[in-house]
Amino acid sequence: MSWQNTPISLMAKALAAKEVSSTELTQYFLDRIEAGKQWNAYLDVNTHLSLEQASKADKLISTGKAGKLTGIPIAHKDVFVTRGWKSTAASKILAGYESPFDATVVANLGIPDESNPHGAGMVCLGKTNMDEFAMGSSNENSAYGPVLNPWNPAYVAGGSSGGSAAAVAAGLAPIATGTDTGGSIRQPAAFCGLTGIKPSYGRVSRYGIIAYASSLDQAGPIGKSAEDCALVLSAMSSHDQRDSTSLADSGEDYGRYLNQNWQEGNTNAAKPLEGLRIGLPKEFFSEGLASDVSKSVGEAAKTLEGLGAKLIEVSLPKTKLSIPVYYVLAPAEASSNLSRFDGVRYGHRATEYKDLGDMYQKSRTEGFGAEVKRRIMIGTYVLCHGYYDAYYLQAQKIRRIIAADFQAAFKECDVILGPVAPDVAWRLGEKSKDPVQMYLEDIYTLSTNLAGLPAMSAPCGFNANDLPIGMQLIGNYFSEARLLQVAHEYQHATDWHLRQASGVA
Amino acid sequence: MNLDDVQRIAHLSRLELSQAEAEAVLPQLQAIFSLVEEMQAVDTTGLEPLAHPILFLRDLAQPLRVDQVSESDHRTENMKSAPAQLEGYFLVPKVIE
Repeated sequence: MSWQNTPISLMAKALAAKEVSSTELTQYFLDRIEAGKQWNAYLDVNTHLSLEQASKADKLISTGKAGKLTGIPIAHKDVFVTRGWKSTAASKILAGYESPFDATVVANLGIPDESNPHGAGMVCLGKTNMDEFAMGSSNENSAYGPVLNPWNPAYVAGGSSGGSAAAVAAGLAPIATGTDTGGSIRQPAAFCGLTGIKPSYGRVSRYGIIAYASSLDQAGPIGKSAEDCALVLSAMSSHDQRDSTSLADSGEDYGRYLNQNWQEGNTNAAKPLEGLRIGLPKEFFSEGLASDVSKSVGEAAKTLEGLGAKLIEVSLPKTKLSIPVYYVLAPAEASSNLSRFDGVRYGHRATEYKDLGDMYQKSRTEGFGAEVKRRIMIGTYVLCHGYYDAYYLQAQKIRRIIAADFQAAFKECDVILGPVAPDVAWRLGEKSKDPVQMYLEDIYTLSTNLAGLPAMSAPCGFNANDLPIGMQLIGNYFSEARLLQVAHEYQHATDWHLRQASGVA
Repeated sequence: MNLDDVQRIAHLSRLELSQAEAEAVLPQLQAIFSLVEEMQAVDTTGLEPLAHPILFLRDLAQPLRVDQVSESDHRTENMKSAPAQLEGYFLVPKVIE
């Protein structure tokens, strides 16, 4: 049985029917992880702990206490602190760090215990590689080496959740968690031929996520289909008293619209999306978009039209400005968040220093990588007296315009469709010398983080070199279940999400 | 922005840059800030800065929890990752002579 191609909904059925045990499934994926080290997808694996969790899951199943996801293995991005596994955010400054507690996401998905009675019962396979502190779009900024793309190892897997995406694409995990501050779930999902969703800001608790930019960070799943993502997102999302930005109305069944028609009362099975208005922002299809990406996303729009949706042109006039706005706000928040790494309570401490100030400085200089240092310096600069109004406040004001532009667009449409990124995955090393060139790649994903909207990525084709292309669906606040419904209908009608990378055994 | 600015920001960020590193990072920061300059062309008169996305949508009710102890003592676990410690305290270089 090739479990790496099995949707988790079917895995759950096999577990319930006792066709397989969680211990067998977990061992199966641990063996694949061991045999698939060349992708550099994982930073820490602990077979003993994973199998211990699997045995607890098997006990829950045999005593009739299993939920929908009990016993299914999952990989966690190394940005989520996880008891028992090392939690480093792919930084040298946190090398060897072991957290005394679990992130809420890890607890919500994990094996239930006294302190966490509502855990979904999933088994942790290990921690996945990422760009250091989630700062990057290619996973080349990891202190532990880049992740290779399972579709072609000469290409990047995308970032910052590149390890999670590569793990799922290479069959080293059935599904994985990621975080998305400016596209870090959607873009690696697109580059690796997967489905990923970033929910509305506030849906998933940020407690225990090593913070990058707190007003933009959100967590979500990367998996093989919209249906799998709906199952896991439903278990991830909850109101959490430990996160002051967690919304009281979080936690719902994000799969409740799957296999239903868009409009209630529509009985035409051939046109399930009748009544859906899809907005195509003209700024997402202008200069800079690769022609094969444009063609594939255009064909996806036609497919959705064939399912009954109506296509409308909309405008998001400040799309280009989302890049400078993001690259002011995210570094500003990062410079403040990363000030906690000073070599005192945890993390790397330099061995030689003159005094306390020198210890801070040397510990940070030795511990942070080049991109992290760059963003801390940008953030420090824009928050300086004299520049604060011109940069930081101006960026926050344009952020309001960007959020308002989306509301204007959503007066005309229900869902926005566009590309995830201007092009497919690039070659390793191709863009790593020029930070600005890398930042420009984020043009279609940043604005939804700035506005706090839900957005997802789903595979919609391949370019001439057989590299996956992703389409992006953006919804209004709290419409995750509707986005997943549209993507699910698309995945009923197409088979892009079922394609396997040929280099994966 | 010049090399002095780079060294000043690095110091404020508690980072050390050698002369060669500062020279390498200067053109990168200049390129980033020329991108950032594009923001100045936008008229934002009368607009309130948006610090948090949900504030765009609605006022956030900040829930208050009951003022009671909810955490037990985790001192031993919390000290495990300390680079230097003594009897449950973090050790730092001498600050007061």
